[in-house]
This record gives sequence, structure tokens and C-alpha cells, in this order.
Amino acid sequence: MDDFYREHILDHYRNPRNFGHLDAPTITFADRNPLCGDEVCIELLVDDNERVLDIRFSGKGCAISQAATSMLTESMRGHSLSEIAQWPKEHVLDELGVGMGITPARIKCALLGLKAVKSAALGQIARWPDEQA
Amino acid sequence: MSSCVINSTRASADASLEARIRHDFPILQRPTSNGKRLVYLDSAATAQKPNVVIDRLVRYYREENANIHRGVYDLAERATEAFEGARATLARFINAERSAEIIWTRNTTEAINLVAACWGRHNLKAGDGILLSQLEHHSNLVPWQILAQQTGAELRFIPVTSDGRHELEQLDRLLDGTKIVALTQVSNTFGTITPLDQIVPRAKAAGALVLIDGAQSLPHMAVDVQALGVDFFTASAHKMCGPTGIGFLWGRYALLEAMPPYMSGGDMIANVTYTSATYNELPWKFEAGTSNIADAIAFGCAIEYLEQIGMDWIVAHEQRLTRYALDRLFALEPRGLRVIGPANMHARTGVISFIFADIHPHDLASLLSSDGVCIRAGHHCTMPLMHHLGLSATARLSLYLYNGEDDIDALIDSLEKAARIFKLA
Repeated sequence: MDDFYREHILDHYRNPRNFGHLDAPTITFADRNPLCGDEVCIELLVDDNERVLDIRFSGKGCAISQAATSMLTESMRGHSLSEIAQWPKEHVLDELGVGMGITPARIKCALLGLKAVKSAALGQIARWPDEQA
Repeated sequence: MSSCVINSTRASADASLEARIRHDFPILQRPTSNGKRLVYLDSAATAQKPNVVIDRLVRYYREENANIHRGVYDLAERATEAFEGARATLARFINAERSAEIIWTRNTTEAINLVAACWGRHNLKAGDGILLSQLEHHSNLVPWQILAQQTGAELRFIPVTSDGRHELEQLDRLLDGTKIVALTQVSNTFGTITPLDQIVPRAKAAGALVLIDGAQSLPHMAVDVQALGVDFFTASAHKMCGPTGIGFLWGRYALLEAMPPYMSGGDMIANVTYTSATYNELPWKFEAGTSNIADAIAFGCAIEYLEQIGMDWIVAHEQRLTRYALDRLFALEPRGLRVIGPANMHARTGVISFIFADIHPHDLASLLSSDGVCIRAGHHCTMPLMHHLGLSATARLSLYLYNGEDDIDALIDSLEKAARIFKLA
């Protein structure tokens, strides 16, 4: 796992992008990983065509979950909720640069933010993005 | 008949007992999947198993397997004798007055649930007090929450300080109207030893029963349930070198006899008609269905192994190692490491919680894992305690008889590497 903690992950962990709250979010969704207690809350501002105008997240967790969510929020503006609801796990794992090498115990950390974002887009709790069909 | 063949003296006569003990645990001889020496510092979660226990399990299945209490053939009699012999070994180990006071369960959790269900539902009424501490594991909290919801009884808590010690100033007020006190003897989060000598006499004087969660104490210290003066004691085999899936409830005979059965079915009955049944005598009244025979027998073997090493030796060894670990962790304080728990060596065991600067405990545990170092990270099944102390998670190391200073040194080396990766000052 040593090489997961590269510069860009630590940067997003210590300086998370889009962290905080929106004045008037259209959608708010909070989720947690009961295994480790990590929490994430997603706030979205969407236009009439359900395209994301702005996003904030808040919560607490490990470097992997915080960095993954921070990176994810940077790629959401301009996308429609229906697009976001279809994003596969690779959308996050490729961005993190950890690929398929992440251990089973930590993959939920990497995917918690994506699950929360997809849940916010769907309006209901999404499946874990790594869940087998 | 002792069925456990202990043979831990293969090493040369001048080797220390510490080295010989480590040799007894085959998993500690195997490298990790990435080729490192296994540095196992998570015995509070589950302990490793010595060869004698593993061999005893295998020998039971190879040579003695039969169902107990029924067969009259030789094999069944041998299985029954070994199973009940393990119960007698445990009764002696905790100084129970009678073997019949030992009920086999799956684990500590099930033993606590048994008391909450069978004693609690029939003896508690609205307004009665159930007194716990703020240190309790979810296993010694949630069963009492459910009982309180069912009966209208009231949950009360002995407060704990920010370094994990009990505050007893309000104890008499908390005991007023309390019918049962349920406490862990050692905290699985901070290693705090509960001052039972100060609490139990006052609880008994107030007319309350006392249940002890011994999951973190019985593996690490001599326990005499009669000298403790308590009414129920619970623990799990897997934290004391025994197999998973077997634990026990000890209770005072008269209390157990007055309690209704827990699960029902085969083995727990005396006589059955199509419309009713009478129940078996203790302890089998509480052991419905075919028991976990093999694991109970191997648990007895684990107890004999610990007795052969000596609980006094284990206490002294762990105290020395805990002192060493704390000193080495304290040396990292300038870099942001903080130990959370009692500093007084007489008030704690070798369960040590800490946080390291802004490195999340899960990241720390992942980084340590790549060096073969196994620690626990998270809320340790004490979420209300974490919330109470303003923590979301801690890293936790926990020691046992097979650990040595080299394990602590490996931990510290790995922590220093984590500090470099996270670019701590």
C-alpha cells in the first residue's frame, strides 16, 4: 500500500477541493461506511436540465476516502445526474491512480464518495460501485 | 484425564521461555504474503493458536468424533468425557464452585445476551436501573438497550475520564435502584482495568447483581470468580489461544437454576410430550442442540497451555512489554503521536490506543500492513465512547504472551516510515 500515498492523494487529503457547504443545495445526501465510520455528505446545485452547476462535500475519513471524494467533485460540473448515476468504479480508481491494486479492505474507502454521489443523483441509496451483479 | 499433549520445550534448554513460546505458534513462523515477518499486534481482536490447540482439534475429528451425551458406544463416551473434561478444566481455571455453573456459548456476546434475555426479562420492571460504564463494548451495551426497551428499565453509565479511567464519585447515586451492574473487566479500547474491588462490594451492598465481560481480561490475568464476588462472568476462547465459535457464561448455580431456558430443542430437555417439555438440569438446560464439541475440547487444551506457561508469567511479560511500548510511543510525541488511555501501569493492560498526527488510523494500519505489522484501526466496537471523547477512530496495538520487544521495534520503525510518507515534521 505504501505507493498509494502519493503526492496528489496527500494534497487532496490535506486540501480537499469543494469542501464545505452550498448556500442553497438542490440535493443533499449523506452516507457512511459502517465498517470504518467514514462519513461523507454531498450537496449538489443542479439546473432545470438536471446538470450539476456546483458541488460541495463534507465529512471525515481516511486519506483515500477524502482524496477520492475531493477528486470526484472536480469532475462533476456540467454532467447530468443521469450520466453521473452510471459512472463505474473506474471513474474514481483511475483518478486516484490506484487501479485494481487496492486491497479489498480499502476499496470501500475509495468508493464511498462515488456511492454517495450516485445516490444523490439517483435520489435513493445506490449500490456499492464494486458490488457484483 | 488430561487430553492435551503439551510439548513446548523442543527448543534448546538455554533458549528463553519467550523464544520457546513463539515457537509454539506456527503462524508466527510464516512470512506474510509480501514476504515480511508477521508482527502480530492485534490479539485483543483474536489471539493466535499454538500447535497443541490446533493438533487437539484435528485429533478430535480424526480419532474421537461422535455426538455427546447419547451414544453408549466407546467412541461417544470418549467424546463426552473430553467435552465435559474441558468444562471441568475451565471451572478450575476460573475457580467456579461447580462445573455445572459453566454454560458453553458461541462467544462472550452470546453469554451476555443469554443473561439479558433469561434473567433480565423475568426480573426487571419499569424504572429498575441497569448500570454499565461508558467504556463498554457494543456487546455489553446493545443487549441491555434492547432489554431496557422491553422492560422499561433505565440504562445508567459510570462516566469515564478523557484518559479512559472510571469516575466513581457518583457511584452510590447510580447504584440506587440498580438491579444489575454489567462491566467489562478490561477495556478493549484503552486497556483500562476496571476497579472492580471498589465497585463490586458497593454494588452487592446495594442489592444489585454483577456481570463481568471478561473477554479482554481472562486471556491476560488470573481470574477467581468467587473472589471477585460477582454473579455472572463471560469470556471467549478465541482471545485466549483457543478456537473461534466457543465461549462461556459462568453464573451462580441458584441464579442459573431459577432462569428459564434460552434456546430450546434437543439436549436441553428432560422429558417431552407432544404438548409440553421439562428441562434438563444445569448446565445442559442452556445448551440446546448439538454443542460445539471440538472447539470446547480445544478450548480446554488452550487453558492447559496458558496454565503451563503460568498466568503470573503472562502478566509480568505483558507489563514489561507494555512499559517498553509506551516508552517508545511517547518518544514519538514531538512528531504528533498521542497515546489515549491510562498512564498508570497498574491500571492498564497491553491494549494501547493512539493517534498519530493527522494520519487517519485506517491509513496508518494500511501502511503498517505493508511491513507485516498488524494493528487495529477504527472505533473498536465502542462508538459511543469514541463520540464521548471526541474521537472518530484510533489505532490500537494489543500484546500477548508471544510478543517481544522486536515486535514493538518493528511497529516503531513502520510508524517512522509512515511519518516520512505523510511528510510529518
